[in-house]
Amino acid sequence: MIAHSVFFYIFSLIAIVSAVMVTVSKNTVHSVFFLILDFISISCLFIMIGAEFLGMIMLIVYVGAVAVLFLFVVMMLNVAEQKGQWFSSRWDGGTHIPVGLLVSLIIFFELIIVIGGWKYKPDLLNSLSLSISTEVTNTKSIGNVLYTDYILLFQISGMILLVAMIGAIVLTYRERTGVKRQSYIKQISRERNEGVNLVDAEKNKGVKIDA
Amino acid sequence: MDSYFSILFTEVYKILFLLVPVLVSVAMIVWLDRRVWAFVQKRRGPNVVGPFGLFQSLADALKYIFKEIIIPASSNKLVFVLAPVVTMTLALISWAVIPFGEDFVLADINVGILYLFAVSSLGVYGIIMGGWASNSKYPFLGAIRSAAQMVSYEVSIGVIIINVLLCVGSLNLSDIVMAQENLWFVIPLFPMFVIFFISALAETNRPPFDLPEAEAELVAGYQTEYSGMMYAMFWLGEYANILLMCAMGAVLFLGGWLSPIDIFPFNAIPGPFWLIFKILFLFILFALVKATVPRYRYDQLMKLGWKIFLPFSLFYVVLTSSFLLYFDLLPGK
Repeated sequence: MIAHSVFFYIFSLIAIVSAVMVTVSKNTVHSVFFLILDFISISCLFIMIGAEFLGMIMLIVYVGAVAVLFLFVVMMLNVAEQKGQWFSSRWDGGTHIPVGLLVSLIIFFELIIVIGGWKYKPDLLNSLSLSISTEVTNTKSIGNVLYTDYILLFQISGMILLVAMIGAIVLTYRERTGVKRQSYIKQISRERNEGVNLVDAEKNKGVKIDA
Repeated sequence: MDSYFSILFTEVYKILFLLVPVLVSVAMIVWLDRRVWAFVQKRRGPNVVGPFGLFQSLADALKYIFKEIIIPASSNKLVFVLAPVVTMTLALISWAVIPFGEDFVLADINVGILYLFAVSSLGVYGIIMGGWASNSKYPFLGAIRSAAQMVSYEVSIGVIIINVLLCVGSLNLSDIVMAQENLWFVIPLFPMFVIFFISALAETNRPPFDLPEAEAELVAGYQTEYSGMMYAMFWLGEYANILLMCAMGAVLFLGGWLSPIDIFPFNAIPGPFWLIFKILFLFILFALVKATVPRYRYDQLMKLGWKIFLPFSLFYVVLTSSFLLYFDLLPGK
């Protein structure tokens, strides 16, 4: 299939180039746009190997939700202010250098493991006990495995996400005082005799309200 | 290689056969929208160009084409130009999976409904890109509002789709329609249909949820800096999205191409016409809502999405699945 491999190379090229551009481009918003392009081309690759469900979920979750939040955060940051901070040659005490080194070391070792794992690929392919049938759509086969054999892991990961979400809300929550809130029940249940107060005003004296 | 090109040729032919009617109907639907709107407000609406003013949209399009495109000096030029293109493209590519009849669909993919959902969730980007690239206050505020709104309402639309999928057992849009042969889902899932309709209004930035382009507060929201053909593309994309939401509602709840009752004068009308009738019906509802309901406040909009629609549709998922389980009606057994 010539057409298939042509499309494969086009999408992989876009994926790699945009992944590089995420780190290279100086404008953070452009970085996020390249990240989105990367996600989209990866999901195209997923669809090309027949994992259509994964590809679509990739689009919905990563592009439709996660990247939008990224974009929000990045747009809210004052980019002009950052330029002085991150891109200047001025030495600012180097507090971020150790963390950066640690992260890059971890990524380096992970890459070694991934490339080392390549050696075992033929064994893995031979010992493939999974029966891939073209009869069942992959949405169904994922559901069959996810909700039976791996239900515990699935539920635990859901719980972890929930806890993380609650944690984020608790961390950023601040109670504001003196805020007027609209209460529909209060508004609707308001009666005439509560809202209107008839007062006989005396001549030349006036009336004091809310006394 | 020869067969490859012939396949390519037929596909392009099919795509044109789908897209040209969609674009023409988008133009017509703008006219219909304005006429319905005027009718409710006891005005005449566009009635000068052509019979009943039918060619008003074409005249407008002509005007847009000949207007100068102004790109603000301080804008991010590439993203600025790309934004309307993205909006327009995303609005059009989703039509590929809408089934107009049995075996009358451009791409009959297994995950059709997920595809629709994914593409509609991508629609945010056209707006954010336009608002950000304009490098101006009002467009940016409009874009942020719009993105927050669309992401919020997508969540409830997703849960509503789960409700429908529970009754179908397939993600394929043709299967979804065929599952409604005996009973349209609008009857058992009526509350979900109402919520879907309201969420679709919010998703497409239609009144009463048109806060991203609330002219009293934000001039024209994210499209403030756009002019000429680029503005027209935003506008076309928006209406194509509205039509798409109507088509989605028709497929999910109103039985797609199926006729309401399977007796002679009704089932003689071919399927595509039924789908078009249903889309038009939903669109007229959209237009009536636009004409009658005042605009929401932003906090009310968010409250409605997260605190009312999301819990209610989640509750309905539990209700639907327990009902199906209890009466042993689960599909795919």
